[in-house]
Amino acid sequence: MKFSELWLRECVSLDTDTSGLIARMTMAGLEVDGTEAAAAEFAGVVVAEIDSTEAHPQAENLNVCQVSVGDGAAVQVVCGAPNARPGLKVAFATVGSRLPGSVEIGQAELRGVSSFGMLCSAAELGLSEDDAGLLELPDDASIGANLRDSLQLDDTIIEVDLTPNRGDCLSILGLAREAAVLYETTYSIDAGEPVKSSIDMTFPVSLSAGEACPRYAGRVISGLDIGQATPSWMVEKLRRAGLRSIDAVVDVTNYVMLELGQPLHAFDLDKLQGGIDVRYAHNNESLELLGGTSVTLDTKTLVIADQSRPLALAGIMGGAGSGVSAKTTQVFLESAHFNPLVIAGKARQYALHTDSSHRFERGVDPQLPERALERATELLVAIAGGQVGPVSIQEDLSALPAQQNILFRKARLTQQLRLNFEDGIVANILTSLGIEVTDVTDEGWHCLTPSWRFDLSIEADLVEEVARIFGYDKLPVGTPSMPLQTAVDREVITPLSRLKKLMVGRDYREAVTYSFVDEALQQVVSPGVAGIPVTNPISADMNVMRTSLLPGLLAALKHNLNRQRSRLRLFEAGQCFQNGHAITHNELIAGVITGDRNPLGWTSQSEAVDFYDIKGDVEALLTLSGTFGRIVFEPEPHASLQPGQSLLIKDNRLNTVGYVGKLHPNIEKYLGVNQSIYVFELNLETVVRGELPKYVEITRFPSATRDIAVLVDPDVSFETLRDIIESSSVDSLTDLKVFDVYKGKHIENNRKSVALSLTFQHKSRTLSDEEVSLAIDIIVTALKEECSAQLRG
Amino acid sequence: MNDLEALAESAIKAINDAVSLAALDDVRIEFLGKKGKITSLLKGLGKLASDDRPKAGAKINEAKETLQSLINTQKQSLEDTALDARMAEERIDVTLPGRNSAVGGLHPITRTMERIENFFTRAGYQVATGPEIEDDYHNFEALNIPAHHPARAMHDTFYIDPQTVLRTHTSPVQIRTMEHQQPPIRIICPGRVYRCDSDLTHTPMFHQVEGLVVDTDISFADLKGTVDQFLKAFFEADLPVRFRPSYFPFTEPSAEVDIQCANCLGEGCRICSRTGWLEVMGCGMVHPNVFDSCGVDTEEFTGFAFGMGVERLAMLRYGVTDLRMFFENDVRFLEQF
Ligand SMILES: [Zn+2]
Repeated sequence: MKFSELWLRECVSLDTDTSGLIARMTMAGLEVDGTEAAAAEFAGVVVAEIDSTEAHPQAENLNVCQVSVGDGAAVQVVCGAPNARPGLKVAFATVGSRLPGSVEIGQAELRGVSSFGMLCSAAELGLSEDDAGLLELPDDASIGANLRDSLQLDDTIIEVDLTPNRGDCLSILGLAREAAVLYETTYSIDAGEPVKSSIDMTFPVSLSAGEACPRYAGRVISGLDIGQATPSWMVEKLRRAGLRSIDAVVDVTNYVMLELGQPLHAFDLDKLQGGIDVRYAHNNESLELLGGTSVTLDTKTLVIADQSRPLALAGIMGGAGSGVSAKTTQVFLESAHFNPLVIAGKARQYALHTDSSHRFERGVDPQLPERALERATELLVAIAGGQVGPVSIQEDLSALPAQQNILFRKARLTQQLRLNFEDGIVANILTSLGIEVTDVTDEGWHCLTPSWRFDLSIEADLVEEVARIFGYDKLPVGTPSMPLQTAVDREVITPLSRLKKLMVGRDYREAVTYSFVDEALQQVVSPGVAGIPVTNPISADMNVMRTSLLPGLLAALKHNLNRQRSRLRLFEAGQCFQNGHAITHNELIAGVITGDRNPLGWTSQSEAVDFYDIKGDVEALLTLSGTFGRIVFEPEPHASLQPGQSLLIKDNRLNTVGYVGKLHPNIEKYLGVNQSIYVFELNLETVVRGELPKYVEITRFPSATRDIAVLVDPDVSFETLRDIIESSSVDSLTDLKVFDVYKGKHIENNRKSVALSLTFQHKSRTLSDEEVSLAIDIIVTALKEECSAQLRG
Repeated sequence: MNDLEALAESAIKAINDAVSLAALDDVRIEFLGKKGKITSLLKGLGKLASDDRPKAGAKINEAKETLQSLINTQKQSLEDTALDARMAEERIDVTLPGRNSAVGGLHPITRTMERIENFFTRAGYQVATGPEIEDDYHNFEALNIPAHHPARAMHDTFYIDPQTVLRTHTSPVQIRTMEHQQPPIRIICPGRVYRCDSDLTHTPMFHQVEGLVVDTDISFADLKGTVDQFLKAFFEADLPVRFRPSYFPFTEPSAEVDIQCANCLGEGCRICSRTGWLEVMGCGMVHPNVFDSCGVDTEEFTGFAFGMGVERLAMLRYGVTDLRMFFENDVRFLEQF
């Protein structure tokens, strides 16, 4: 909310400057978002009166005006404004004055007539966008006065960012009340005498939905001259609160809303039929709002209706059919209390947000309607004249919000803030806030909350009020003393942070990508997997929750490839989501690599990464967590991977827990990438769960290592060889490594050569050469029988 | 005796002339070996008169020792030369870069979150996590934010369906913890959160770490002390920290926490919008309605909760000026961490 600092100071005397006020408000929970000067810089502009106007001899559109500034001789000014007329008080930029934007005003010749200065529009002074004519000053403006003083332009507009609980501060009244507490002083809001009713005219009101609108005050004002201009002081206050002047009726209702916080609405009485009823809308009733949009209503929407149709969305916005126009001569003024729960959410439902709904959904003091109605009447009649009908009030007292009785216990206050307050301090704070202390006992204060504070309903609310006014910064500082409890640390679970550090050690950069991805990309990467759409996505390419980390990582890869980075290694860990009977959350870790194996360097040839690079990374992850032994790699296809370079990763119950391989060429094509990409993805829950190490005695006897090379058919996998060897009943075999795989020249029948290193060791004795040779023979024979392997040279 | 002197002289010359260890060894064998020329002289002692033998023997042994010592010296010298030559040959350009030095890096958000988690786990907090797709109850209702509450406007929410949302904060993890565990409770809840908002200073996804402490006598003073210690530790600086009254539906009293702007030291600058302060956290005493939703006795227990935006803290700590960089995953950005 924006407000004029001067307006506030009219109501409460504050012994502080602007920055002091801002700091104090902020530290009391009314956070000041910013300030701006009420008017742009200008100097030398004074109040003047036009004595006479005369048509310019040479120019049809110009007048030659004689203006007086109060110190003797009249000054001649040439002016083109249509509203220049004798007797008008205007803003006069004298010769030598400076207007906003550093415009210097000098003596000028306008088509042969001398002009000594300039008469200004509001726009030329930077006060509004109105450049249709001269800024009209009130008749009582004193001639010769500096305009800045006359309009009190040396003012600061303060924007306060009120939290939703402080609807009571959405007015000068509320801010003055709060400021008076903070500066331990009093406040008063200017209000004249209630205007005596001069006519008997009334308009009937009934409350069909009394629980939603427990108080409705209204009155008729007839014989209005709506064309009368709003006085500049009111226009200025509205402007400084960010509101434009419209007409006398709208300006007055807005002004009272700013001053007291009570939104009002004026109906053109001639457009109403029968009587007012405050009721819920009928289903599918429609209403054309001010501004022309039509809404279709539902039965939970409160409306102000007459006998034939809904007139207004209660507390939110008036309808086009019953609004005040330039032809309006009599109005029915509404000043009502609406239950915040009834208004809350409604403006949003109809995609509206108005000053009125903003206040009603936070709660407006139910004591205000009549006072606000009187104030509006006083102001309106002063501008537009008219005859005033009596105030009529309909109410449902049982539904009015009740002031709360709260027992505020001293012990609780002391416990919560760890401070023993003197009783007097607390009682002072409470009463200054308008909280009535009805009784004080040893236990505490019996409090009755004020009608304007919808946010005070329980003891904790009062603790905050005392803390807030006392000052958070003065409250003690401590630290919790709690029993020392240590949680179970499950050693078999490797923390994700360790796995991440391993990835970092293996030259991966961690990425953090959005959890919502482009559905089209997701469908390409994970065809057939049901993603979860977001109802209101922020953009069309972030419309579905990720089922896999790959779409995000591949998009990040592409982002960098497009920026001349061809060697990339990225990983991410996080939740992915799938739709089933219920939504499932899976914690996954995934990696993508592309480009050279090593950064450009002098120690190795540049060589592109391949399948075995990323498989090695997966093996390292599984080894670190101690899961490797329980994992099975199955050479099976996966939709994201190129057939033949694809492994499914399964747990010991053969549930698939991940995959690794070369990205399918179709996906590369979809991405528009023309270099090979290798990827893996693993279910974290499986990966992090390892086994506790179990000590095995180290044998003292030496081991013997023999290397053999065998020729096998090209489709015999290493895994097949390993399985044959491991099941060949050679107990002393302790290690088996492959150290060369060769295909090509010098090998017949397209076979391949696989070189293996076999290590033998016995627990209780040294193996003889003969025993080792025998073991090798057994293994070679097994290989020969089961996969036609030939021992090589 | 002249034989000995002549032999010794020629041996010395031969030792000095030896240019390799092998040649030197040949010299040793020639003169001092079992059948060496000097050794042979000893065998000739028998021909001398018995009185002369000791003297002559001593002279021969003396010459032997001298020659052996000369051989040792020459051997050392040859070895040194050979080593020098080998080392000269093995000389390399040590200014070339080492092999396989590439390492990756953690994302700055992770780095920041780990820093926060480490602080609190050292202080005895447990890390609790929960689902990012939440039900309306845990994200709002249980946190004292009923439907249509104006506070919901503070959370622009992504919906999966009318009852299911992308969590707007990690507070539902606090609810889930209290539903299953009686106090004392001391947890932090790190994780991703979502708000339907995207501009220069908002991304539709960001990260939070929230904390919750519940026990029999937890006070606002404990909250102030905890937050103050954390911020000073996080920034490794004795920063002024201030608490301002604020409003969150799930805490009462509530506070916003500001740290003094490190850029201007409180004087006011562009970074702190001329206020001298930077808002970094929200916190407060747990609202009794929240305890009620979770079945925690509000008379027996009190507690505090706090929450911070990880990106905000990372930006301040590392001087990142563009929030959106965190999610572009541009390696030129990632490589800086
Ligand atoms: Zn600053």
